[in-house]
Amino acid sequence: MLDWLNPVKGFGVTFHTMFKKVPTIEYPEEPRPTAPRFHGRHQLNRWADGLEKCIGCELCAWACPADAIYVEGADNNEDERYSPGERYGRVYQINYLRCILCGLCVEACPTRALTMTNEYELADDNRQSLIWTKEQLLAPLREGMEAPPHPMRLGETEEDYYRSGRGADRQADAGTESDKDSEAVR
Amino acid sequence: MGIEEKLPSGILLTTVEQAAGLVRKSSMWPATFGLACCAIEMMSVGGPHYDLARFGMEKFGATPRQADLMIVAGRVSQKMAPVLRQIYDQMPEPKWVIAMGVCASSGGMFNNYAIVQGVDHIVPVDMYLPGCPPRPEMLIDAVLKLHDQVQNTKLGAHRQSEIEEEERRLLRRPLPLIDQEAAS
Repeated sequence: MLDWLNPVKGFGVTFHTMFKKVPTIEYPEEPRPTAPRFHGRHQLNRWADGLEKCIGCELCAWACPADAIYVEGADNNEDERYSPGERYGRVYQINYLRCILCGLCVEACPTRALTMTNEYELADDNRQSLIWTKEQLLAPLREGMEAPPHPMRLGETEEDYYRSGRGADRQADAGTESDKDSEAVR
Repeated sequence: MGIEEKLPSGILLTTVEQAAGLVRKSSMWPATFGLACCAIEMMSVGGPHYDLARFGMEKFGATPRQADLMIVAGRVSQKMAPVLRQIYDQMPEPKWVIAMGVCASSGGMFNNYAIVQGVDHIVPVDMYLPGCPPRPEMLIDAVLKLHDQVQNTKLGAHRQSEIEEEERRLLRRPLPLIDQEAAS
């Protein structure tokens, strides 16, 4: 009966769409936040006094399925101390052209030195600048931190250091919950 | 003390290079080269949620002769390499290449005899995009960085001298060596 309307019905759908909500994410202007545990680029964390957590054990490099991580450890001494233990990572490089951001390195890390952030804008126009070095990967210095080398500041003994260090770390994390630089993957 | 001071308001001056760059970047047609999982993310970039058409790239086509930009998405096997080169050769100048994902950029986790260790062994790559696979935002970010590069490309003799200078700079740069003294 109303068959003569059929050719026009299609335009109804088109017209209806004009009043629908636009699902487009205006990415560069208003980026949608990632999931909190999103695997973005890595970060090398620090203790509360600024010493590096990385001990240069190379477990991350061993765990890496793509062989993207290169670590070279060296010994700490009393004049030049970068991490609280015996050794520190002197050279630390991640090749982001190999890294598949799987997070196995984070799982392998015994000191929680390596975690992942939510940053993902990594594209670059040459291969060399996509090999990130230790300076680029290290977490920025927060309040109360001092760039190594310097002696251990969080206690007399090692037990003191690690306990107070961990406590201070927790306080710092609680204080800056919204801080983007905090450990993204816990 | 130039012409721009004598112009009435509302008139914009630019250089030929900037104008050409603007035209080139604002209607860049991509040729898809989806080879693996990255292609899924590349398709979603064309969809309504990410909508690459906002940047003048609505026509995602498989035809190289109407394309300016090749997005190599996925691992390139040795057998695919000549095909990729042929597609690239069929594209008209000026043309650009994005290596999307770690496999296209460097071989990624597939460090074996079957996979080309980076498409830059076959075609010149303008933008490397890490990620496995990169999320659509990362591809848009790479595209925008490429747009910026295209916008600021010089033309003709200027471009030639720029290339030569870059070549000299790369030849003269010190190799990124790791200091061996400090370890001992």
